[in-house]
Amino acid sequence: MSTFDPRLVRGDIAQLKRVVNGYPLTYLDSGATSLPPRAVVEAMDRYYALHHANVHRGVYQTAAEATALYEDARSAVARFLNAPGGASEIIFTKNCTESFNLLARSWGAANLTAGDVVLLTEMEHHANIVPWFQLRDAIGIEVRFIGVTDDFRLDLTNLDELLRGVKLVSVTAMSNVLGTINPIRELADAAHAVGALLAVDGAQSVAHSPTDLVAMDCDFLAFSAHKMLGPTGIGVFWGRQALLDAMPPFLGGGGMIGDVSVNGFTSAPVPARFEAGTPPIAEAVGLGAAVRYLEGLSMAHVAAHEAHLTADALTRLNDRFDGRVRIIGPSTVDRRGGVISFDIEGVHPHDISQVLDQHGVCVRPGHHCAKPLMKRFGLNATARASFGPYSLTSDTDALLDALDDAMTMFGA
Amino acid sequence: MSGLDDLYREIILDHYRTPRNRGELDPPAVRVEGFNPLCGDEIVVYLAVTDGVVTDIKLTGQGCSISQASSSLMSAAVKGKSVDEARAVIGTFKDLMMGPSATEPTPSELRKLGELAALAGVVKFPVRIKCATLAWNTLTQALDETSN
Repeated sequence: MSTFDPRLVRGDIAQLKRVVNGYPLTYLDSGATSLPPRAVVEAMDRYYALHHANVHRGVYQTAAEATALYEDARSAVARFLNAPGGASEIIFTKNCTESFNLLARSWGAANLTAGDVVLLTEMEHHANIVPWFQLRDAIGIEVRFIGVTDDFRLDLTNLDELLRGVKLVSVTAMSNVLGTINPIRELADAAHAVGALLAVDGAQSVAHSPTDLVAMDCDFLAFSAHKMLGPTGIGVFWGRQALLDAMPPFLGGGGMIGDVSVNGFTSAPVPARFEAGTPPIAEAVGLGAAVRYLEGLSMAHVAAHEAHLTADALTRLNDRFDGRVRIIGPSTVDRRGGVISFDIEGVHPHDISQVLDQHGVCVRPGHHCAKPLMKRFGLNATARASFGPYSLTSDTDALLDALDDAMTMFGA
Repeated sequence: MSGLDDLYREIILDHYRTPRNRGELDPPAVRVEGFNPLCGDEIVVYLAVTDGVVTDIKLTGQGCSISQASSSLMSAAVKGKSVDEARAVIGTFKDLMMGPSATEPTPSELRKLGELAALAGVVKFPVRIKCATLAWNTLTQALDETSN
């Protein structure tokens, strides 16, 4: 039974008690990184204070404790995602970006040859674009893009044609710029129908809505802990067990080997095969705590709360500014998450963010690591406000007042 | 709001709304592009140098008020100057932005800068310094190309 109350969540976030530039901090940049609750900070603190030792090596008591805590986190993530094969399908990486590099360099290099096609979308983050261009430059694959319609949706009208020759479709579950939520199951079915696999960028989706890998029926998933109330320095790469078992290692070193001699090496089984070197142990403990915290809130409640915040903000941005604040993304909460990009004629996003900072309001200006999408809509940058489970409609009050001030200052 | 008033002085807002020397120049004027990969700001400097004198300068590009006002103020400051004088202005400006004493410029330093002194407040906002210097780094590159 969830007892979700956003005001209680807010009470768990120390940073939200700060006063910045004379105003209570209004944090509207959860799309970039989220603020960890006390439970996460304390779990990591307790780990370092009492249990720290290297994992998978020592036979002494604390080494066993550290290993158990690290592996508990893996089990917690598997449960959170409803991973069909359980914890051994969960690989800890540095971040979502490294997860995509692992996919491209390991699965991609082993399974693709010149002329094979990887199908992306125009709304991808650079993390799901650049590794594929790197692979193209190395072995000659083709990188193709699904377009984005004028109403900020994937243009799937010519999907059959786009899927020709495709071995992998790699798509974001939710755009970090537009807030658009993409039809993952539909894309999985379409990819599988032509013998292709589906990889999903879950960076923006996992912290804001329930994730069910069985229902999604994708083949790979990548995300970062720090966008889901966890720490920086750890990400997750999930793949179907059979696919992972057939993949060569990505990074080489300690911990990922079966055997090493002067003649060469053999690889450890999955997941150790993909976790070379001492892993981010404290960060895994923090991620495990974040997962348990989110489970306590219930992701369905988090999603409903953020939908309420988003609908309220979209309505009020429109009503108060009479169309002068142009939303770059769907105008309703239908298949849309709590990331709101906007453009104000005559006020550059950098300047908006600067004025907002004077009100203690944190938003993100820039291209959001999605330059192809910016180009698609003829923009260089947007300002972006994004919600988390601790956000309240009073955050939107502060945003609107600060925006009013920015527009007055620049005469927009 | 006193901090923001330092940043967004009237001269800066004026140059942002009504940028000077906008446009392009045909060859043999050199054309150099500058990008700020972090924020997406971009600027193109067209520079005509004849007999060691900056006879004309034009600018295109997009960006925030600081990057655009800085480029506009820069164009007004170097147009008609000798290349050596232009380089000296660049040096003075960059000292203002990132010199070891990048805090409070002396009155004589401010006099030397003229209208450019309006950008002195940027130093109090470290993340915006790269916005202010983008045009100047691009101009340095353009001057280097004309001397090749």
